[in-house]
Amino acid sequence: MSDITKQSLTELVENIKKKKLSSTDVTKAFIQRSEKSSELNTYITDDFTSALDKAKKFDQKPNLDLKLPGIPMAVKDLFCTKNVKTTAGSKILNNFVPTYESTVTENIWNEGAILLGKLNCDEFAMGSSNETSHFGNVQNPIDKNLVPGGSSGGSASAVAGQLSPITIGTDTGGSIRQPASFTGIVGLKPTYGSCSRYGIVAFASSLDQAGPMAQNVKDCALLQEVISTYDSKDSTSINFKRNHYSKELTKNIKGKKIGIPKEYRVDGMPKEIEDLWQKGIQYVKDCGAETIDISLPHTSYALPTYYIVAPAEASSNLARYDGVKYGYRAKGENLIDMYEKTRSEGFGAEVQRRIMIGTYVLSSGYYDAYYLKAQKVRKLIKNDFDEAYKKVDAILTPSTPSSAFKIGEKTNDPVSMYLNDIFTVPVNLAGLPGISIPAGHDTKGYPLGLQIIGKAFDEQNILNIAFAMEEKINFKNKITDWWIK
Amino acid sequence: MNKKNTEYLINRKDNQYEVVIGLEVHAQVLSESKLFSSSSTKFGAEPNTQVSLVDAAFPGMLPVINEFCIKQAIKTGIGLNAKINKRSVFDRKNYFYADLPQGYQISQFKDPIVGEGKVILDMPNGQKEVGIERLHLEQDAGKSIHDLDPQNTFVDLNRSGVALMEIVSKPDLRSPDEVNAYIKKLRSIMRYLGTCDGNMQEGSLRADVNVSVRPKGSKEFGTRCEIKNVNSIKFMQMAIEYEANRQVDLIEEGKTIDQETRLFDTKKNETRSMRSKEDAHDYRYFPDPDLLPLEVSEKFIEELKNDIPELPDDKKKRFIEEFKLSPYEANILVSDIDTSKYFEEVVAKMGKNKDIKLAVNWITGELFAVLNSKGLEISQSPVSAKNFAILINLIKNGTISGKIAKTVFELMIDGDKDPQKIVEEKGLKQQSDPKALEVLIDKIISENREKAIEYKQGKEKLFGFFVGQAMKASGGKANPQLINEILKKKL
Repeated sequence: MSDITKQSLTELVENIKKKKLSSTDVTKAFIQRSEKSSELNTYITDDFTSALDKAKKFDQKPNLDLKLPGIPMAVKDLFCTKNVKTTAGSKILNNFVPTYESTVTENIWNEGAILLGKLNCDEFAMGSSNETSHFGNVQNPIDKNLVPGGSSGGSASAVAGQLSPITIGTDTGGSIRQPASFTGIVGLKPTYGSCSRYGIVAFASSLDQAGPMAQNVKDCALLQEVISTYDSKDSTSINFKRNHYSKELTKNIKGKKIGIPKEYRVDGMPKEIEDLWQKGIQYVKDCGAETIDISLPHTSYALPTYYIVAPAEASSNLARYDGVKYGYRAKGENLIDMYEKTRSEGFGAEVQRRIMIGTYVLSSGYYDAYYLKAQKVRKLIKNDFDEAYKKVDAILTPSTPSSAFKIGEKTNDPVSMYLNDIFTVPVNLAGLPGISIPAGHDTKGYPLGLQIIGKAFDEQNILNIAFAMEEKINFKNKITDWWIK
Repeated sequence: MNKKNTEYLINRKDNQYEVVIGLEVHAQVLSESKLFSSSSTKFGAEPNTQVSLVDAAFPGMLPVINEFCIKQAIKTGIGLNAKINKRSVFDRKNYFYADLPQGYQISQFKDPIVGEGKVILDMPNGQKEVGIERLHLEQDAGKSIHDLDPQNTFVDLNRSGVALMEIVSKPDLRSPDEVNAYIKKLRSIMRYLGTCDGNMQEGSLRADVNVSVRPKGSKEFGTRCEIKNVNSIKFMQMAIEYEANRQVDLIEEGKTIDQETRLFDTKKNETRSMRSKEDAHDYRYFPDPDLLPLEVSEKFIEELKNDIPELPDDKKKRFIEEFKLSPYEANILVSDIDTSKYFEEVVAKMGKNKDIKLAVNWITGELFAVLNSKGLEISQSPVSAKNFAILINLIKNGTISGKIAKTVFELMIDGDKDPQKIVEEKGLKQQSDPKALEVLIDKIISENREKAIEYKQGKEKLFGFFVGQAMKASGGKANPQLINEILKKKL
């Protein structure tokens, strides 16, 4: 059954439920393809043997009432998985095996899914190209030597390259949506507080949010339905009424008001991005929605604000990796020496850069000028959205200011790398849900994505808009399997 | 009392210096589980047996506020007559140390849960008010153990994450004695509230002591030094004494005092510099993004207020009014919650015809002496309040004399015996039959005729001799009052 891996999650679930396919068939197919795809470098750790055992066990006594019955999937290596090594893409955790499971992955296994392995990502999710991983960069299945985006680059490549039917990533400033856009898949960053952060290696706590990545909107909705639960173990988890996102999914978006923010028309944005956006506007109109020009006046401050808030939190969150309790430890003359060597050797350059930025902006004498001011601007950015949502139901923007770039192209220019997140970062700062859907190709044939930003807790609405647009766009990813020999 | 005589001043040649002291008391919240995890807080467990993934800061672990600890902090705030802040924020205090697994301590910096308050101290020369600056909640760190191995330091994380209340006083204290009274008062209030057991041996109560000196009469504060982590009142007093003198000496020598953190060496009885202001940590405080600001409603606070028991100050007032005790007596009885409980139980058990003064004298006299000699707390008293009340009643109704009562009390200690039974079994009942006593006294007078004549001739001192003889003849059981009366009549 060579075409198993081409099937969407929805199709696989249906085929397993109708007993046309067994979990073992499906699991084997994805393992085989994954094994042939080592050049993509998507996996940090595979769990294939155990996955097959679980699939066989599932088939012996299949519970077909589950939402993900016997579905194999790999997850970003930022989610702690019980008894399976969890590295966060870092040397400092390269020997760390959790004794516990993150809430989000627990939810997935509880619905019958099976872990294939742990997917590559930027070190501690800090990066936009997956090049900061201690375990090497990831190839974009679209083209050799093309980055898949980041930080959930391994996840994006795994779904686009059909090594995993669906996956989960995390998104702190665009880490789901940007790689989804770069690889031609769908990625949803839910409202802050929708998915539990328990058991996810923290980057920036006030921004981090797990979310689904899939080949299409329906799969994405189904996975969101599974992973989004209230969790008392995460004090920022919010107890709101969650929809049955996949069941309630509809293409009827007639009369919806979609905002088009003028501030997202940034200097130097390629014409093809502008064209894509215009096409997107046409698509939503074709779906019966109405577009309204809006203003999000503080947009240009989002990126600098983000690059104060996120490193500040990260500098503190990463203090626990000190060689004392777990993970990598270098030998030192004394405690301080051990700390310095462990952290110098254990963390990569980008992580060290952000720890230093974060330490600086929090230090006394600079706190007010940087961190406190950034918090105030963050509030203004949120207010912009609140104001806009008095007039519109959702907002449509490009996902990224460009298509995927070449490996190595931006590694020596952090600022240009950071600029990649310009359209996604404001959404995290405001704690809103945002979805990136593939919407076209650039002149090189690389995929481009559009982003739909919703009101807080209004995932259903942006999923519906994406679902309606998806049909009009009729996007086909150009995957040639170039890496399979 | 002349107030001047009780002032604590440091004298040098012609100069007198006043000592200014502020305390940051760290009081462990009385709670079964930690501030942000469900691990046990029980004292004395094997190292690293009360450590959750959260306490050890494993990747992806998140703190969840223990509501009980919040209630305890608010109750304490109410007990300190303080403002309860409906909105407070948990911050991260960032620094690296091996026994601080997260690399930061969760504390409250800008927005503590409790604001300004006050406590009243009873000093020999009257009452003194000490201002409370704030009370905030924070996590304790683990413990580094340096003396188990010559090369390595061991870390015990049992304490990691245990809830502490940091109670910061205003710089209102002026002497080691006031510090003593202040700590005891705080301890007393928290024990009444059940919010901290105040056990200093187990580290439930420790303090950072801020000391500065200034010329007597000066309104400006001198440069202060902070003496870290002193864990007994005696050491606090010794540290203050040493530190104040050290600072005065520097001033007298024309030198300046550096603002710094110091340690008190209990063996050498001196403070030593730990780090200067320049070396002070930059803790990079910022609100913990894992925890939302803590908001409590008026109703929540009101419910806790209704839960507050009678506190020492109110109890003292009531004891003075209701039982006609002196402020001094009342103070002794209320300062420790268990003493006040014992006393109130004795009062209740004594019934209608009670002699409260007598009970107080016996509690603060005989009972305290026994407890002291045996090293017991009043809660472990070998004599129950019930039997104690019976004993007082036996004295009050004349069944036994005060002197015999002491003998009875001695016998009660072993196994909390009923004094009534002791009196009966040992035949210790007081002789209060006037006829029998008259016979006894007649006999003594006839045997000592010469002395009786001398007495009549004006040698009044001899009256005591006759009382003594009568008591002796009765085996100590004669009612001394009756003896007196009869003797006066007969002589």
